[in-house]
Amino acid sequence: MLELEVILIFMIVAAVMAMEIEDLLSSVIALGAVGIGLTLEFLILRAPDLAITQLVVEILSLIILIRATVGRDVSPVKTGIKWGYFAFALLFVSVFLWFSYQAIMGLPSFGSPIMKVGSEYISEGVRWTHATNIVSAIILDFRGYDTLGEATVLFTSVVGVVAVLRMVGKKR
Amino acid sequence: MSLYILCLILFSIGVYCLLVKKNLVKKIVGLGIMDYALNLFFILLGYRWNSDAPIMDKNIVITSFVDPLPQALILTSIVIGLGVTALMVAIAVRIYEKYKTFNIDEIRRLRE
Amino acid sequence: MKEQGMSLIVKRVTKITVSLIFLFGVYIVLHGHISPGGGFAGGVIIALSFIHLVLAFGKETALKRLSEAAASVIESLGGLFFWGIGLLGLFAGGVFFINVLPKGRPFDLFSSGSILLSNVAIAMKVGAGLFAIFIAMAVLRIPVDEGDKQKR
Repeated sequence: MLELEVILIFMIVAAVMAMEIEDLLSSVIALGAVGIGLTLEFLILRAPDLAITQLVVEILSLIILIRATVGRDVSPVKTGIKWGYFAFALLFVSVFLWFSYQAIMGLPSFGSPIMKVGSEYISEGVRWTHATNIVSAIILDFRGYDTLGEATVLFTSVVGVVAVLRMVGKKR
Repeated sequence: MSLYILCLILFSIGVYCLLVKKNLVKKIVGLGIMDYALNLFFILLGYRWNSDAPIMDKNIVITSFVDPLPQALILTSIVIGLGVTALMVAIAVRIYEKYKTFNIDEIRRLRE
Repeated sequence: MKEQGMSLIVKRVTKITVSLIFLFGVYIVLHGHISPGGGFAGGVIIALSFIHLVLAFGKETALKRLSEAAASVIESLGGLFFWGIGLLGLFAGGVFFINVLPKGRPFDLFSSGSILLSNVAIAMKVGAGLFAIFIAMAVLRIPVDEGDKQKR
């Protein structure tokens, strides 16, 4: 699976660009490139539902982020990098990388999952739900309660956005 | 194994961006990168060699499927990520309306 | 009077494509249980078709089709609908979110009981919610932005 590594390295390069580029609009568009790379990865990893959802969500979040940045503070503020922060962040990231490397060494190797519940869903899912898309059967039947919680989170965020943005709109 | 490590590197780029950058939009970008790396890590965990997407077909009998449970969890996580991004952007826009800048050092200076 | 929206070419193309995008979203939602897709992806595609309309024609034309109040009503209805499906399972089958409706044959469009209805409910919720976010973010902010530009 060499293509997975190649696309992941492309995503890393795009992420570094999104982090280091001065212009905010270019940064947001580089984030969009990371998302498109993620869509390709999902497609190669046999997750077409996720690829469709990630593609459309990526377009929408790009529209929202561009709407937030365009016409605003585009002139980059040159502030000298604070070495204290830099060293602290580097230390934190390296400690995090070390511990997660230890954790990854305990995982089963790539390509052979050992979770039992997944095989149970596959063998029994169609008999119980008569839905042939097993991902759909899981999110809406076996784990409908999770999806209800997700709907609540989305509702809360929509209410939050409308409330935060409308406060000024009424005042003017 | 190298895929997991590359995925971790992507995640730590997001963490670094969140910690070091002073711009609010850059912080949102860092959180988005962390979100992507996490989603990708879950799907990598569920992959099985030489198998197909967990969708049955009428004519072909498929014997080996990838693990559908991480896909189901991440499907909801993607949409939640969009909601969280929208909320963060809304709050950043409000802060910009008040202080006319995205830089948190400036905001801290102006607040005093 | 200043014309709202983009140029004539964009408007003509939008008139042709926007209904096709909407139809594709409905297709993705209704076939969520037998093919890739489902309520989340279909809902976002439906929201994008309306956002396409806002971007091409300006806010008045689009808000005539689906106003912000209607969007929030549809979102709440979708949430209630999904919750009602869960309660239906509780009262008719004894377990929250159990699938009590007739299931039909696999690979048919009208099969798998409540999964089809749940997909429609999720699509209403996600689509209307994201459209409301976009309206709040894009349309309500425009006067403030113009004020910014005049100041510069």
